[in-house]
Amino acid sequence: MGAFHSVPDDHQYRILSEKTGFSLEQTEILHNRFKQLSHNSDVLRRDDLNTIPDLACNPIRSQIVEAFFDRRNFQKDGNGPVQEIGFEEFLIVMSYFRPPSVHMTEEQREELRRAKLRCKNASTILKVLFNMHDTDNDGTITLEEYRHVVEELLSRSGSLGKETAKGIADAAMLEVASMSMGRMGPDEFYAGITFEHFLKILKGIEIETRMHIRFLNMDTTLLCK
Amino acid sequence: RRQLRPSEAGAASSPSHNRDTSENHQKSGHGGTQPTNHTKKPFPVLSFDYKHVKQPFEIFLWVLLASLMKLGFHMMPRLSSIVPESCLLIVVGLLVGGIISLVGEKPPVLDSHVFFLYLLPPIILDAGYFLPIRPFTENIGTILIFAVVGTLWNAFFIGGVLYGVCQIEGTNLHTVTLLPCLLFGSIISAVDPVAVLAVFEEIHINELLHILVFGESLLNDAVTVVLYHLFEEYAGVGTVTVIDVFLGIVSFLVVSLGGVMVGAIYGVLAAFTSRFTAHARVIEPLFVFVYSYMAYLSAEVFHLSGIMALIACGAIMRPYVEANISHKSHTTIKYFLKMSSSVSETLIFIFLGVSTVAGSHRWNWTFVVVTIILCMVARVLGVIGLTHVINKFRIVKLTTKDQFIIAYGGLRGAIAFSLGFLLDSNRFPMRDMFLTAIITVIFFTVFVQGMTIRPLVDLLAVKKKQETKRSINEEIHTQFLDHLLTGIEDICGHYGHHHWKDKLNRFNKKYVKKCLIVGERSKEPQLIAFYHKMEMKQAIELVESGGGVKLPSAMPSTVSMQNIQPKKTPSERALPQISKSREEEIRKILRTNLQKTRQRLQSYNRHTLMADPYEDGWNEILIKKKKMIEFEKRISQMNNYLTVPAPPPDSPTIARARLASDPQAWSIKPAADAGTIPSIKVDLASPQTPDSVSMVDEFGKPASRVPREPEDEEEGLMMRPPLGEKGEKEEQEEGKEQQRLLRCLSDPGPAVAEEEEDEPFLP
Repeated sequence: MGAFHSVPDDHQYRILSEKTGFSLEQTEILHNRFKQLSHNSDVLRRDDLNTIPDLACNPIRSQIVEAFFDRRNFQKDGNGPVQEIGFEEFLIVMSYFRPPSVHMTEEQREELRRAKLRCKNASTILKVLFNMHDTDNDGTITLEEYRHVVEELLSRSGSLGKETAKGIADAAMLEVASMSMGRMGPDEFYAGITFEHFLKILKGIEIETRMHIRFLNMDTTLLCK
Repeated sequence: RRQLRPSEAGAASSPSHNRDTSENHQKSGHGGTQPTNHTKKPFPVLSFDYKHVKQPFEIFLWVLLASLMKLGFHMMPRLSSIVPESCLLIVVGLLVGGIISLVGEKPPVLDSHVFFLYLLPPIILDAGYFLPIRPFTENIGTILIFAVVGTLWNAFFIGGVLYGVCQIEGTNLHTVTLLPCLLFGSIISAVDPVAVLAVFEEIHINELLHILVFGESLLNDAVTVVLYHLFEEYAGVGTVTVIDVFLGIVSFLVVSLGGVMVGAIYGVLAAFTSRFTAHARVIEPLFVFVYSYMAYLSAEVFHLSGIMALIACGAIMRPYVEANISHKSHTTIKYFLKMSSSVSETLIFIFLGVSTVAGSHRWNWTFVVVTIILCMVARVLGVIGLTHVINKFRIVKLTTKDQFIIAYGGLRGAIAFSLGFLLDSNRFPMRDMFLTAIITVIFFTVFVQGMTIRPLVDLLAVKKKQETKRSINEEIHTQFLDHLLTGIEDICGHYGHHHWKDKLNRFNKKYVKKCLIVGERSKEPQLIAFYHKMEMKQAIELVESGGGVKLPSAMPSTVSMQNIQPKKTPSERALPQISKSREEEIRKILRTNLQKTRQRLQSYNRHTLMADPYEDGWNEILIKKKKMIEFEKRISQMNNYLTVPAPPPDSPTIARARLASDPQAWSIKPAADAGTIPSIKVDLASPQTPDSVSMVDEFGKPASRVPREPEDEEEGLMMRPPLGEKGEKEEQEEGKEQQRLLRCLSDPGPAVAEEEEDEPFLP
């Protein structure tokens, strides 16, 4: 791992760390992890993520993996999936789950706020969640897509899950429609959940306060698979 | 043998009174007379024998008084909005104590034995059983730090400074040495769960603050127990060595973890027992109470923390027990717990008032005033200092407002009093002074802090509890988020909270649930369980709202299923996929309609009638689901029984047959057979949709003349739209017909079938 500590990488780390809000140590650790996952290449593919053993029993594994390969999450303009990503994109997607930083001084905070790329606010986080549901990139979550979400969540329950998933998804969709649209005539059709409606229905659980994991300043590549 | 003393003879009824010339013997209601040489007395028709029932009579008189007081307060809404109930109850206790002492009797003091064994457990069990697990575990670190470190800080600060004050010349407190001071500090420092519950219940503060203060009050019991016993043991000796301190720390771990373990064991036992109670549903609640109380008592045997045992027992057994017991048992448990905890709380406060009058007091201005000031100062300093440390580890920081409420909400209560009461007055000659100080602190916190916290909460605009019900969307996304975060942790290779929580959940699902939950429900994922619970609630609300006019306010709009269904071509729609939840919805709607007709026909009490279909557990519903599937299969083969020629597949007839089980709004364009095939649209979610039509319109003849021919029997499968939109009068006319027709399709349960047994629909 000696190559990673040479000066050019440090400079790159600094740029990345400022861009995403991670500290230098965290950036380095994540880079190590990236190297480990991608088997020392510069790009990460879907299969590399799919082979993580711990991830195998996660019911929404495919959607999580897709989130890393979705151009909409890279904070650039772009749409649609990619086949492979570099470390920068990896870090950007990870940064959505970073806890809000406490150790930054006020100037750093201001600077980051100005650099629009790094706005970790509620709507950015929820946009990632939204993008994970909206698989066909049309900006709305249709009933089919929502059903797919619920089915995936219940995918470990066998046949019982499949049948009830439809009912649950329908009821949930109905709830969103009722909350967002109020009154609808019998012939109107609620095409799908837009991002505003999505924000509205999730207001109650304050998801932005819980959507984070703690990144310890510890090199975990040696411990975990 | 009861004997009526001559002095009390006046209370006896006249016949025996006049005859009571002999002083010794009096016939009582029990047993025969002793053989005497006196003349035979007439048989006493009425006698007075109070001593026989004195104890239970007095106990229940107190309970009655407490309950009447509670009723009374709610009749004076203005008073109860300013003064919290606990204050009013203490005042009532003072009055009652005053009255009793005026009469000349000695008013009863709150006996610690009675308090710890009978009055405290119901309150703690109620708190533990209904403990909101998610916020509790999310904040467990903060709660533990406040409970353990905060209480220790309070105890030593108050004890130490008091000792310093006692040494000052001028106060005659030289006799109070260090250890009794520390003992007093440890008694007075613990935040009391009863008082916190009583006050916080009324101010509806947001969940985070509530769980922080309340959790702290529950978990500091272990610290209090250890400190109390430590200082009490060694106060006589006079010195505490390092070994004792070390043993004290070990003892703390043993007391707290041991208590939790005892509670966990009993909790698992209770969950396991509830697996087998399917045939004795009536005693299901009993198991919950008995196991919990045994957990408390068992912990107390070993001087472990009974409170923590009770909390652990209740919290652990709840998810499994609730999956096993019937709906009625669940309601019984809930109401019995609430009732007993409410009565206990009331009694405790009243007795606090009475004990104040009854107790022997020794008032010492310095001691009392210093104690009060120190309590507040210690609490504020403790909270500020600890929050400073805690905020470094928390994501959602505690603001200054939060800290103020936490500090202000540190109320003391009856536990402190009872612990002080337990002191042996021989070893602690200053016990009376302690008791006086304790009572004064309790009065101060309950009255002053309790009364002012509500306006302060409003003044500081502290966030209040959100009353919204949890929606299915929130549940879906909470689960989604859990899995997402676990996945992210796995990707970045970091075994954090979510990873271990996920592992625990999977372990729970794989092994524990199989053991402790009966039948198929052990495999039910949480989302489905939540959805079923919601459906059940909505169905019950539907029935209780007495007419199915509108679905409960969760969906006040006219958005219905058809608005969100993607438009399909008619050929697709003719072959619907029927899901179980759909069937259940139908069944529930049918059941409600059926109930309403039965109501009118047989004029049963709505409440007893309502209870019937929901009595059975989920097993029955699952069995009915299976029956429904069979039924559906039979319907699809029904064309054999019709007198019309066998229709081609996918014809409207078959479609109609399938329609019967599906409430979705189909409109099959009667392209070929325009006049003969009625088209029915049923809209389950929204009764007001104009598309929903009744059979009257469709068949062109009043429904009352629908003959029971095979063809019409088939038509009888048509779903009638929910009654609500048609009005009461029409319902009554069609009541009987509905009954006959609906009976065909619905599966209303054993009660209905027995009463209206007729020839079965399908031969």
